[in-house]
Amino acid sequence: MKVTILYIGRDPEITVVMQRLLNTREEWTGLTVCTDAEAVAICEAQPLDLVLLGNGITEDEEHELRKALTNLRPGLKIIQHYGGGSGLLYGEIAGALQ
Amino acid sequence: MSQFVLHKGNTRGHANHGWLDAHHSFSFAGYYHPERMNFGVLRVLNDDRIDGGKGFGAHPHDNMEIITIPLEGALAHKDSLGTASVIQHGDIQVMSAGTGVSHSEFNANEDRAVKLLQIWLFPNKKNVSPRYDQLTLNVDERHNHFQQILSPNADDAGVWIHQDAWFSLGKFDKDFESTYQIKKAGNGVYAFVISGEVTIDGQILGQRDALGIWETDSISFKANTADAEVLLMDVPMSL
Repeated sequence: MKVTILYIGRDPEITVVMQRLLNTREEWTGLTVCTDAEAVAICEAQPLDLVLLGNGITEDEEHELRKALTNLRPGLKIIQHYGGGSGLLYGEIAGALQ
Repeated sequence: MSQFVLHKGNTRGHANHGWLDAHHSFSFAGYYHPERMNFGVLRVLNDDRIDGGKGFGAHPHDNMEIITIPLEGALAHKDSLGTASVIQHGDIQVMSAGTGVSHSEFNANEDRAVKLLQIWLFPNKKNVSPRYDQLTLNVDERHNHFQQILSPNADDAGVWIHQDAWFSLGKFDKDFESTYQIKKAGNGVYAFVISGEVTIDGQILGQRDALGIWETDSISFKANTADAEVLLMDVPMSL
């Protein structure tokens, strides 16, 4: 079953890489944004299976994001993404979706 | 009472890409094992062999403390901070990825492989300014002694990182015995055998075996063979 994953991170270069990585596997559809407003708009517009919080998001921003996204989609899984690349990505996603 | 987990070298994840032969102690890239995700804040321990002239092109990282220890050969590094350097056996390199850094890593030699350990730790503070450092260590200081090569303190021995972690390397004569005191309450030790055979807290470990120990304040150590070499990673057990 195909899952839709939204990545939010502030660094545009890392976001481009994440867009590519999240769409290399057949079972994943990856969406990536750099701003919280874009993230909320996507969450409003379509169902999501998982949200990855990437680089540069402050604690306050994370708190607000979690509140906004789970208000829109109760039960939505939101996890930290570390590393900024492919090394940890599969493990993070597989672990979260199990 | 202390707790432990034994990771035999031949149970690690393995990926042979031809130019890159990698063994993963914890889930990494295409290797996923839900019981091999981390040891405390230690998230990645990759044991890599890279063919001459080959390597990893520019790729980004964020929010991770990345430590590289060459075991043989030399590795060329370039990053978006403007660093261009070569590290070799006896050196240690650290990169705090923080808000984001891009780097490349290539075997600096065309005619022989480079072998290295690459270790990633979760940081104790997110979104720090990216930084790079490297240090040439005096390898003689690790003969029959755990030489500290990394700590959280800029004014302490070795390189420093954004985490309450201490790394030590030792190379030992046969039958040498010692006790290692864990540096901070709540930390555990992940002991990785680079070469030879050792006994740690009663467990016999061969080359590339590892033992993680926690809920204790010290570990006992004995070298069973000549030139036994061990890396100790003393790390917080919770993020």
